[in-house]
Amino acid sequence: MSGDSLMGRPGADGRFGEFGGRFVPEALMPACLELEKWFDDAWADPAFRAELDGLLRHYGGRPTPVTECGRLSERLGVRVLLKREDLAHTGSHKLNNVVGQALLTKRMGKGRMIAETGAGQHGVASATAAALFGLECTVFMGEVDTKRQELNVFRMELLGAEVRSVTSGSRTLKDAVNEAMREWVASVDTTHYCLGSVMGPHPFPYMVRQLQSVVGEEARAQCRDVLDGSDPDVVVACIGGGSNAAGTFAGFVDTGARLVGVEAAGGAAITNGIPGVLHGMHSRLLQDEAGQILEAESISAGLDYPGLGPEHAHLAAIGRAEYSTATDDEVLEAFRLLSHTEGIIPALESAHAVAWVARTAGTPALPPGSTVLITLSGRGDKDVAQVREIFGRGRDA
Amino acid sequence: MPDLDKELRARRDSGRKLLIPYLMGGMTDDWPQTLAAVVAAGADAVEVGIPFSDPIIDGPVIQEAGLRSLTRGTVPQEVLDGIAGAESPVPVAVMTYYNIVFRAGHKRMARSLAAAGVSGAIIPDLPIEEIDPWAAEADGAGIATVLLVAPSSPPDRVERICARARGFVYAVARMAVTGERGDLGNDLTKVVERIRNCTDMPICVGIGVSTPAQAAEVCEVADGVVVGSALVRRLLEGEGPDGAAAFVGSLRDAIS
Ligand SMILES: Cc1ncc(COP(=O)(O)O)c(C=O)c1O
Repeated sequence: MSGDSLMGRPGADGRFGEFGGRFVPEALMPACLELEKWFDDAWADPAFRAELDGLLRHYGGRPTPVTECGRLSERLGVRVLLKREDLAHTGSHKLNNVVGQALLTKRMGKGRMIAETGAGQHGVASATAAALFGLECTVFMGEVDTKRQELNVFRMELLGAEVRSVTSGSRTLKDAVNEAMREWVASVDTTHYCLGSVMGPHPFPYMVRQLQSVVGEEARAQCRDVLDGSDPDVVVACIGGGSNAAGTFAGFVDTGARLVGVEAAGGAAITNGIPGVLHGMHSRLLQDEAGQILEAESISAGLDYPGLGPEHAHLAAIGRAEYSTATDDEVLEAFRLLSHTEGIIPALESAHAVAWVARTAGTPALPPGSTVLITLSGRGDKDVAQVREIFGRGRDA
Repeated sequence: MPDLDKELRARRDSGRKLLIPYLMGGMTDDWPQTLAAVVAAGADAVEVGIPFSDPIIDGPVIQEAGLRSLTRGTVPQEVLDGIAGAESPVPVAVMTYYNIVFRAGHKRMARSLAAAGVSGAIIPDLPIEEIDPWAAEADGAGIATVLLVAPSSPPDRVERICARARGFVYAVARMAVTGERGDLGNDLTKVVERIRNCTDMPICVGIGVSTPAQAAEVCEVADGVVVGSALVRRLLEGEGPDGAAAFVGSLRDAIS
């Protein structure tokens, strides 16, 4: 890696330490190499950055606030701040990435975007940006997820996107990525693959982190406002592929804050994964002895992924960030806790980060009186039907 | 084990067009017999898939074949054992994805392939940028790493790929995943010409070649043809070694 920051630019080979790289079929290599050039050029272009900033501000609703959680802090004995990505347009941090990639799609002269989605948030964000820029959009979504996130399927269609239900493999996020990659091979001349997280082949993990770093940059300044110039002791975010965490960590990696990523217990690529190669990247993956990828299992479709972005594997390897897990039960508890104490219904994904704080508050992992910033990556509207059903089942039992 | 490059070159130089059928290892009990049958029906080499859970460059037919094989509990070593047991008189190349190789370890996989009498390996998600750790072990063990050239590969990449390729150069006929197609697309001649400008290695064309007529058309510009989905579909539909041999025989007749 180069640059002064611990989260700088990866090397020319797209590596963060030993992780990352570009493991794609030859048919896609030229597109990956070109994309890297296009992004570098755009990112260095003040006009592109100004257009992006303007869109995020006037269309996306940025900056999102940092909220002090009075009642939750009292309950947990630690001072909790939330970075409110739930208040961004489309209800999650996903728009930050997608607006950037949609602008880039236009800059590259392509008229179509494809995307994978798990919970549907990245799909909705992609469909939104496509509508805004007049791009065609096809979203790949595992059949399991189209069922548990029906409303998001309708949203995407309402926004003019085509949703393709993926029936191969485990029929969740990983298979949606497979199918999007296959489609990209067949359409790469006219189509940009708008990957939804800090994963995939270089330059995606780097590009998506840069596009999400607005979360961490804003949060650092906002925390300093609230905390009389100091930084939180701990910064926490949930991890599916790892984009809201990477964007958040980018703002704090060069401060003294501890960085904590929280994976779903059933998709814990750092805790239970081993190094391997999937979806174009060398990272940590859930896999068996032979190298077959295992299916992740989580209550939240957005964290149902057997790997995570290579930069997280690297941050774990060098010890700059810590990675933990939350179980489905802890997540449901946290979902209720934040709703009750703060009047904020979190996305099930984001509730993983809240669950870690609720579990560790007052323990040596998060001593009493610490200050903790949680990135609330999204709002829970999409999840209330599912959670109602689960809570209802509990009542009947 | 037969040397992939020497064998294929010798056959090509004798005026023969090369026929390389693909089948999925471990898909049925009798897959080693199918391997033997396609060799007897005129294959010049055989490509055997080692199934992977996430085959991103494969279309529905080969995905289904891989899934069936995995559902039967196939592990990579069983595929290698099947190849060894078949004692093919023509070279066998395995086709799999990089995680299978990475998980086994480069050296261990190269040695296992050699021990099974495998001549070559095709790892489509391992581009030249990332190939060195594997290629060093493969070269050392005498395993030819076959590389793909795509319609999107610009001439300078084609040159680098051809310099690193062993065995033969796999020309990707079209920008697509594996699967049967009604026509060969418009890129075939361009891709083959670009490769021809860089190497005198045998050039075999795959991806979408589905019928004897298409195979014959391919062989007007290239040295040979790889046929996968069209054969695998027949096997998925229940045809056994005899049906496979009949289809491969019809391809053989068409390209002569
Ligand atoms: C609200 C929300 N948070 C988090 C995630 C996980 O993605 P990432 O780890 O890239 O932030 C998702 C993915 O769908 C999401 O919808």
